[in-house]
Amino acid sequence: MMSKKLSFQEIILTLQNFWSEQGANLMQGYDNEVGAGTMSPYTFLRANGPEPWHAAYVQPSRRPADGRYGENPNRLFQHHQFQVVMKPSPKNIQQLYLDSLAALGINALEHDIRFVEDNWENPSMGAAGIGWEVWLDGMEVTQFTYFQQVGGIEVDSVTSEITYGLERLASYIQEVESVYDLEWGNGVLYGDIFTEPEYEHSKFAFEKIDTDVFLNLFDTYEAQAIKLLDLGLVHPAYDFILKSSHTFNLLDASGAVSVTERAGYLHRVRTMARKVARTFINERAKFGFPLLKDADLRDKYLGENGKYTEVAGGDK
Amino acid sequence: MANYLLEIGLEEMPAHLVSAAATQLETRMTDFLSENRLAFETMTQFSTPRRLAVLVKGLADASAAIDEEVKGPSAKIAKDAEGNWSKAIQGFSRGQGVTPDDLVLQGDYYYANKHIAGIATADILTSVGRDVISKMQFSTYMKWANNNFLFVRPIQWIVSLLDAQVVSFDLLDVTADKITYGHRFLFDGQIMLDDALDYAPRLNEAFVVADAAARKAQIEAQIAKIAKDNNWTIYLLPSLLEEVTNLVEYPTAFVGEFDAKYLDVPEEVLVTSMREHQRYFEVRDLSGQLQPNFISVRNGNAVHIDNVAKGNQKVLVARLEDAEFFWKEDQKLKIADLVEKLKKVTFHEKIGSVHAHMHRVKTIAKKIRQAANLSADYDTKLERAADIYKFDLLTGMVGEFDELQGVMGEKYALLAGENAQVATSIREHYLPTSADGALPETEMGAVLAMADKLDTILAFFTVGLIPSGSNDPYALRRATAGILRIIESQNWDIALPSLISELYTLDVDGFTYAKQDEVMQFINGRVAKMLEGVARYDLIEAVLATGSLDVTYLTETAKALDDKVSDADFKTSVENLARVVNLASKLTTTPSVTEATLENEFEKALFTAEQKLVLTGTSAEKLTALFSLSDLITAFFDNTMVMIDDEALKHNRLSLLADIAAKAGQLADFRRILTK
Repeated sequence: MMSKKLSFQEIILTLQNFWSEQGANLMQGYDNEVGAGTMSPYTFLRANGPEPWHAAYVQPSRRPADGRYGENPNRLFQHHQFQVVMKPSPKNIQQLYLDSLAALGINALEHDIRFVEDNWENPSMGAAGIGWEVWLDGMEVTQFTYFQQVGGIEVDSVTSEITYGLERLASYIQEVESVYDLEWGNGVLYGDIFTEPEYEHSKFAFEKIDTDVFLNLFDTYEAQAIKLLDLGLVHPAYDFILKSSHTFNLLDASGAVSVTERAGYLHRVRTMARKVARTFINERAKFGFPLLKDADLRDKYLGENGKYTEVAGGDK
Repeated sequence: MANYLLEIGLEEMPAHLVSAAATQLETRMTDFLSENRLAFETMTQFSTPRRLAVLVKGLADASAAIDEEVKGPSAKIAKDAEGNWSKAIQGFSRGQGVTPDDLVLQGDYYYANKHIAGIATADILTSVGRDVISKMQFSTYMKWANNNFLFVRPIQWIVSLLDAQVVSFDLLDVTADKITYGHRFLFDGQIMLDDALDYAPRLNEAFVVADAAARKAQIEAQIAKIAKDNNWTIYLLPSLLEEVTNLVEYPTAFVGEFDAKYLDVPEEVLVTSMREHQRYFEVRDLSGQLQPNFISVRNGNAVHIDNVAKGNQKVLVARLEDAEFFWKEDQKLKIADLVEKLKKVTFHEKIGSVHAHMHRVKTIAKKIRQAANLSADYDTKLERAADIYKFDLLTGMVGEFDELQGVMGEKYALLAGENAQVATSIREHYLPTSADGALPETEMGAVLAMADKLDTILAFFTVGLIPSGSNDPYALRRATAGILRIIESQNWDIALPSLISELYTLDVDGFTYAKQDEVMQFINGRVAKMLEGVARYDLIEAVLATGSLDVTYLTETAKALDDKVSDADFKTSVENLARVVNLASKLTTTPSVTEATLENEFEKALFTAEQKLVLTGTSAEKLTALFSLSDLITAFFDNTMVMIDDEALKHNRLSLLADIAAKAGQLADFRRILTK
């Protein structure tokens, strides 16, 4: 069995230490509602363009449709992902991941660890990747992806993304049946902290949401995002795209969006995602891709006149 | 003679691609050696999720040298008036790398004899990276790091070993060497291969069974032992066995268990959970009763296997818990409510809701029943089935296990007190789900299945979503083949073209079909596709020209024709009938033979025989009967002018031929058969 049972926060600390030592910058979870760690600008935006980027962070992720009033031991309105992005993907990225499991006290010889094909796709963000779900004794504990396309653009430099489902991993490590029985730290249980918000968020999303307000909010956020994109203000624009996306997710969970309308909303989010990805690269190019230290690559992407040329990119 | 090992080490490939990729590598390597004139005795392939390899045994030390004789200019233009070699000869010699004096005169032409020396095998093999590995093709590709190179998964290492000698080459950032790796967890560090032949044994020591067939056999043997020890029967679903084989490098089968209370959940749900979601084999006792156990295969050895089993049990139970929850919750739902909600579920955004699709299907089902002359006994039940048959799409179980659509519909319908025939039709309407998949067994199920497919095809064509090339996202080709197979299996005497024409006159809730010609052309294309390979191409064309869409009948007739091709009288019979049809086509009015107007004995004899000719029985019997007219037709044509000025006589003769042509037309268009 596990050599020691780490608390939820010790799991986070262990992963942070591990990935920091591998050269990842520890970012903080993004202060905006997102559906997954991938949606954070520290992944979605940074996966675009030729600049290297190594980061790790815990991202609280909201999935309104998965809300169960705090009653289902495995499904949550809000859960935590530990997100690692390494770009360009290191040659030994799989081994690094396995080493991180070892750091958590998971001895590969006592378990069955597999990489089972699972190509990740987020159509609403125009993102797709090739990769695996990682099975630990038959349970998916991680999604491991090499991004191939983000915001509808084929990537210049491939980001490897590792997304640990922290609650799942912790349930495994602490050997509990219900997520609410997890020890967060210092004897405080996950349920002590999250049962009430789970109930309240579910109650709100499924019963008390004023859908007219949120239908209007979607339009408002979308209009703001488009206006800001036209001004080249990538980051505030992206915030409003995230707000649109979350607003849609809330409406979808509440049943306010019909199947036909659903496609329309997803299309609107996708259109913004494509535009923001392009705008981001262009704005970074204006700064001269400062994170790109490799002189040859700088020349390749910026050219002699210092202007960005889409070498490997192009619309797919 | 030497042995050569090539191994490509990769990050885990998708299980379903492993075997095909190994075979592709073997084929490409074989082609590469043959193009380079390198002889070898045998080639063996190896594959695991993390490696593809080939071992070539008895490889020649160098490529075969060849002597080539190249034809040059003719003797007439070899020399100029002064007897010097002409420009043509000089040019030719230069091109061949010889001097004019080396040329040999044979007959009227000069020839250059060239010798191309063999090349050392090791030198040729340095091209393997470029000419074999980087040319491999996959259904999915990826790129990684900053490379633009596309491959199925990132390449981690390459072994290229000729006996004990490394034949090195570079591919991206990898340099081919003699270093390989064992099992990811059970073996630490690198393996230095001393000789190409050491590959399989050294990997075996490092907990990698590189021979996929051997690995599969190990899994089978381990499971057989478990079955024997427990008195179980375990069905090794071939596709699952293949997948499991390609998910592990070192297999160890183990048993897990779950609470027997979950056996109350329908068996299909349990089996789907185990097979599709967890890649487990389900377990039955000797009487076939599902047991609360499963068999899984670990990628590793038996150490701490209890721990692995426990983890797997926990995962399965979480799934079964969900399934049990859905099973109970779904039964609280009302079919009527679910059907109402289908108004909000899109069939396709350009077409409309699933509810509207069901409504059209209800009308079509009745038309099919009538067109195929089936009994009206079950009309009420058919209507009921058509009213509700998609309700299970909105159940929790189908939401979670979409492969169980229809299956759950049948179960829930029975529980809700629906008629058994109605329930069965709900399940059967999805059939067949593949080219050779099971067909509906009940007639009512077959009617509903055909109606559902027909509306799907017609509706998608109507809004312009028409399959093209390899692009058939709505599986309309499969639906068409399904319809044809259903008609065949039910033995329905149904005129599909006229049924379809009739459907184009319908207006169901304001929806009307369009693009009838395209649909008919599409269906014809599918029929032709299904007949491929049945008989000679021209014979298929000939039977297809009858306009029938009855695949069974067309197949039978094409085969019957094919059987007669080598008969002595085949050519004459076919040519006679073709001539009859040709002439008959000149008749512009309805055929009507007046017996009194028949003039000579030959036409009288033919008329008598034609009157007696009734085409019944098998296609072969019908053909024999039709061909029996041949001698009379020959005699008729030898002694009778058809296209004469006497209008009455001409009309009578053409009418006689038209009657024969009409009968022949039931079998084939004989003008399309090649008799040369």
